[in-house]
Amino acid sequence: MSEWAVEVKNLRKSFDSNLVLDDVSLRVHFGEVVAIIGASGSGKSTFLRCLNGIEDIQGGEILIDGVNIHAPSVNLNKVRQSIGMIFQSFNLFPHMNVINNLVLAPVKVKKMSQKEAEEISLKFLNKVGLGEKAQASPSQLSGGQKQRVAIARALAMSPKVMMFDEPTSALDPETVKDVLDVMKELAIEGMTMVVVTHEMGFAREVADRVVFIDNGKIVEIGTPQEIFYSPRNERTRMFLSKVINI
Amino acid sequence: MTFDFSALFRAIPSLFWGATVTVRVTGLSIALGMVIGIIAGLARVWPNMALRGISSAYIELIRGTPLLVQIFIVYFGLPALGLNLDPFIAGVIAMGINSGAYIGEIVRGGIESVAKGQMEAARSLGLTYVQAMRHIILPQATNRILPAMGNEFIALLKDSSLVSTIAIAELTRTGQIIITRTFKSFEIWIGVAMFYFIMTYAISRIVKFSEKRLRYSE
Repeated sequence: MSEWAVEVKNLRKSFDSNLVLDDVSLRVHFGEVVAIIGASGSGKSTFLRCLNGIEDIQGGEILIDGVNIHAPSVNLNKVRQSIGMIFQSFNLFPHMNVINNLVLAPVKVKKMSQKEAEEISLKFLNKVGLGEKAQASPSQLSGGQKQRVAIARALAMSPKVMMFDEPTSALDPETVKDVLDVMKELAIEGMTMVVVTHEMGFAREVADRVVFIDNGKIVEIGTPQEIFYSPRNERTRMFLSKVINI
Repeated sequence: MTFDFSALFRAIPSLFWGATVTVRVTGLSIALGMVIGIIAGLARVWPNMALRGISSAYIELIRGTPLLVQIFIVYFGLPALGLNLDPFIAGVIAMGINSGAYIGEIVRGGIESVAKGQMEAARSLGLTYVQAMRHIILPQATNRILPAMGNEFIALLKDSSLVSTIAIAELTRTGQIIITRTFKSFEIWIGVAMFYFIMTYAISRIVKFSEKRLRYSE
């Protein structure tokens, strides 16, 4: 295992001529939970999507467990197996039932036997509290349940890092808590997590460090205590005053 | 003028025989068209510029010229290159190439109609592009393109009447032959139309049925 779970060096990302990430660097320890906060359009989701190579980059380096994901010798499909990605819109596969959503990647990518994959999948479904939904179709689930299935699906690949892209933004308020509870449990168990979120409560309570991104740059990194109670940067202060009342 | 039912009844066995030829020409053309169309549709979305270009050119060219002309090129044109084809084979090739272009567009549309997030989620789990296409995108696309496919099959069956011009004794040609003998134009063309309708209606029922079988709620 390398020293860092995630190491981003001078990342630059643009859409056409529009620079959305400008010289962003960040290192994440194994076992650490990093929350990324910032206004809509600040580049925080794009940043996360760069980390597993869904978005290409225009400069800098991204290392996952010491492996430069854009190195010519590196198989990106291989790297992605070790990165769990959770999307705002869940992206469950609607033509498969819940258990098959989980079984697919272990069988097709890791060449696990169907039986073993099913056992593991059921284990993780139970972990997120949805074991009894194994045979259900995704369309029968609530948003919160879908997101928990998506988390179980990612866990079934035994990732080294879990990335969450605004996992609760598309949910009804009453189902947000179930998802956040699952994420807290993962954090307590020592999962390395990078979470782009609008849930300031979650960031404050669960994150080891909070990153504030504004206008494509990291403005401030600190413990939740530092960021939420004594932000050094004026822009951090302005953003926080808009989203929470401390 | 009166409608001579007996002339129509007497023509039914021959028309039925012609209809079986129509079914064979259309069926084989669809089979060929599906193979070409799926390849062309995939090529249109494949992350490879050359493939996309070739596929676009093929689709534009075929859709921009009449099927009748395409049939003539294959049947009357290719012998100039030393390639003499049996009319039936020439008809199937021309119609197959023609429907391949339309099916290609249907396949492309189906693939593009599947949400982008599906591909992203599949790739994020470590699936290769091909695996993601095969297990995630294409099954969902198939479901969505069935109605359009049904329309294409129906259109092709009707357009197969054009191969009557290269002396394939399918339904339309059979009708013409009977009329030259009996001069009962109205009766025979009504009979021909009825046979076409029975066949297209059958296709549309089959497609409806498979849509129901394959449906999942999203």
